[in-house]
Amino acid sequence: MKREQVELVVIGGGPAGMAAALGAYEQGVRSIVILERDRELGGILQQCIHNGFGLHYFGEELTGPEYAGRFIRRVQDAGIRVLTNTMVLEVTEGRQVYAVNRVDGMTCFQAEAVVLAMGCRERTREAIAIAGTRPAGVFTAGTAQRYINMEGYLPGKQVLILGSGDIGLIMARRMTLEGAEVKGVLEIMPYSNGLNRNIVQCLDDFQIPLMLEHTVVEVHGRERIKGVTIARVDGAMQPIAGSERYLEVDTLLLSVGLIPENELTRGVGILMDLATGGAVVNQYRETRVSGVFACGNVLHVHDLVDYVTEEAILAGRGAAKWIAMRRGCRIEVESAHMGSNNVCDGEMGLALPCDEEMDANDYADGSGDLGVDLSKSSISEISGEVEAIAEMVVTASTNVRYVVPQRLVMPVEEDVEFYLRVIKPLERGEVVMRCGDEIVYRKKERCLRPAEMVKVRLRAGVCKGAVLTVTVEEVG
Amino acid sequence: MMKQEVVMECEGKWAQTSELTCILCPQGCRLAAKVEQGELVEVRGNRCPRGKVYAQEEIFHPTRTLTTTVRVRGGVYSVVPAKSARPIPKEKLLEAMEEVRKLTVDAPVEVGQVLLADVAKTGVALVAGREIGSVE
Repeated sequence: MKREQVELVVIGGGPAGMAAALGAYEQGVRSIVILERDRELGGILQQCIHNGFGLHYFGEELTGPEYAGRFIRRVQDAGIRVLTNTMVLEVTEGRQVYAVNRVDGMTCFQAEAVVLAMGCRERTREAIAIAGTRPAGVFTAGTAQRYINMEGYLPGKQVLILGSGDIGLIMARRMTLEGAEVKGVLEIMPYSNGLNRNIVQCLDDFQIPLMLEHTVVEVHGRERIKGVTIARVDGAMQPIAGSERYLEVDTLLLSVGLIPENELTRGVGILMDLATGGAVVNQYRETRVSGVFACGNVLHVHDLVDYVTEEAILAGRGAAKWIAMRRGCRIEVESAHMGSNNVCDGEMGLALPCDEEMDANDYADGSGDLGVDLSKSSISEISGEVEAIAEMVVTASTNVRYVVPQRLVMPVEEDVEFYLRVIKPLERGEVVMRCGDEIVYRKKERCLRPAEMVKVRLRAGVCKGAVLTVTVEEVG
Repeated sequence: MMKQEVVMECEGKWAQTSELTCILCPQGCRLAAKVEQGELVEVRGNRCPRGKVYAQEEIFHPTRTLTTTVRVRGGVYSVVPAKSARPIPKEKLLEAMEEVRKLTVDAPVEVGQVLLADVAKTGVALVAGREIGSVE
């Protein structure tokens, strides 16, 4: 087996991996390798041929391949090494990355820092347990998207789409444009989980019905799907007897959610947040295993790639800072400055060996015991010494599904951008952040929906205490 | 479609409005647009100036950017992503697709390469969204 020493290994060459590598490069890291399992860089953007990418980051509207192309050129211009067709098999707590490809066989990269940027994958029919036969013609929407947009195959002619997430909506338009008949998009919830603009330009433009509070209860057909039985659901999302209807289709697309692809992360023993499905991280996107960072859809599923890029740059800068600190040489990191009292023995000192998963949001529900739990969780045992690390726990409370980052390394010296999602849609709501009883942030927002991530910028100076609680309250 | 005529009670003067969802960016602002005698007189709900322009266009001349793929001969992929260089009238989308389906281009394809000079007689070109290398 080949062995190599590198400063930074980035796992995944999609938008998150590329931006993380560039973020570290801009801070002076030169020994970087991006490991990508596909044949080229770009990740899922290469099959997202629709436009709407880059409005925040580039200030213009790009297609997925165009957005990816800009970052691919930057990676190439920087001379950052990329290994494609390379699959990572294992990552260890000591930051060894085992990867395999056809050219080198197995390689063990001993890295100083690792950025996890593996993205997410789609939930399948099995995940939502649809009854009926098991014929061909049932695809996840993203698989169908790859077939059409990259491989040049049309998966079917009479289509039903289950799930009104953005991929489902976009595939409804895409298949219509390619000549298929899309009979409808079913959504089990009383509202769509897609962006408003996609409901308008993907469904309304083509008179494709959006059937809210509906689901597929049975799949029919032996070799190929012949039809589905759909039904209306009640408030508990249970099919209502007597509301069943048969639809003749040759294709069923599923757009029923995305799962951060964290098998490698779990293998390291990194503490996970059950609400995001990703790692628990601090503002530098460092996980609870020192030197291992995470960003992009492997950390939490984003709806805009622009935010993935922003987050990945933070992770890359964090990794650069960590590498510099281990070297004992201090570099100024423009907007990812770590407090010096977090350093013990040249380590950033956030290591928390942890085997069990826990819900970061449940973690700080109580109040009295919290200080105790917190001091335990923020003690790092490095070189036999025990050092207390000042750290703040960020908790998602009323109507907040999750908030990232879940920890703040203290003192917070730069403004922190939080990403959060609401549980229930609100026409008008107010994002409120509290340190203890003191309100440190409040802002009214319109049209809060679970599908649309909310970005909140908190000033550095206001973060104090042990717990920061985030709520979204209804405004009358 | 989204251009429903609705009656809104608030403040009296908003008696006749069109409700629209701006699709220029993922924020998807909900707009209330007031039309008087065939002219747009007021827009509300937009978070940026582009919302007003959108309302004007969406009510009188709705357009969309076409994004699709074009068949490639001899490339590492069999299709190349393509888009209309500018938005085209919404009602031309399916007609444009008829032309796109008949089209095959030879690899290699460059980013921004014009694949079709005038799609569906709109005067707008269809351009490639990425490069596609040739198979050796």
